[in-house]
Amino acid sequence: MTETQDEMSCKELVELVTDYVEGALSASDRDRFESHVSECPPCEEYLEQMKLTLRLTGELAEDAIDPMARDRLLAAFRDWKTG
Amino acid sequence: MSALAPEDAELLGRLRGGEEEAFATLVDRYQTALIRVATKYVRDPVAAADVAQETWIGFIDSLDRFEGRCSLQTWLFRILFNKAQSRVQRDRRIVPFSTLVSDETSASFSAVDPTRFTTGGDAAADGHWLSAPPSWKTDPSEILEQKDAVELVERAIGELPEAQGTVMILRDVEGWSSEEVCNALEITPTNQRVLLHRARTRVRRALSERYGDGT
Repeated sequence: MTETQDEMSCKELVELVTDYVEGALSASDRDRFESHVSECPPCEEYLEQMKLTLRLTGELAEDAIDPMARDRLLAAFRDWKTG
Repeated sequence: MSALAPEDAELLGRLRGGEEEAFATLVDRYQTALIRVATKYVRDPVAAADVAQETWIGFIDSLDRFEGRCSLQTWLFRILFNKAQSRVQRDRRIVPFSTLVSDETSASFSAVDPTRFTTGGDAAADGHWLSAPPSWKTDPSEILEQKDAVELVERAIGELPEAQGTVMILRDVEGWSSEEVCNALEITPTNQRVLLHRARTRVRRALSERYGDGT
């Protein structure tokens, strides 16, 4: 059992940032996390940078599919159907 | 016993009926994710495209014997991991995914260099920033607009260890839920989060090397 009433340190916070974003912290740890962030500008910024990282990562999804590869796959599916 | 969600059951029926449009929908939905994940294992983009191709052929061939014990998505990605592993097997030793996961989750890890924090033996004062990392030089809204920021993220993900990269691709690029990732990779929710944390932290750090002081 951790002593959940202790104040969270910056060092601890940077390791819990994913659990926080994922909603995986206990209610008491989430409170400790949020009260730390509200009083610590560098940690607040660290959290914002992490969120920015995730938004940038989401931008990668737009890659186009190679049309020739797609045609080959559809042909393979047709062969399977008729074969 | 089948545990297929209704939409998967319907899709499977259409696939088995030879409906090309149903197959095309799946290809459009998953092809980029397959290639991206395959690239984590085979490294070379041409080989990754081959692995994706082999995965689809394997998927088509298994349609008639698929028993519906997992979702079609999970099934497809399990085929991918098998194909990627047999491809890798030809050139180097085989590392089962479970070994990658245990290696990558048990290695020591600090999100931030520990020397950036205070240590003096006073529990109440320890673990705070010795000096605050400087703000990033560029405004977030501007970073989001920069093509090379996205490219930097892409390179950073490319450099991640396999299991971490796979989890981050599926969660943050493809938008899968943690449950979907756990099912497809057969890993626990805790390991999924540890891998994701390490991956995201490394990618954030790559951005910090560019826009901040590398913290």
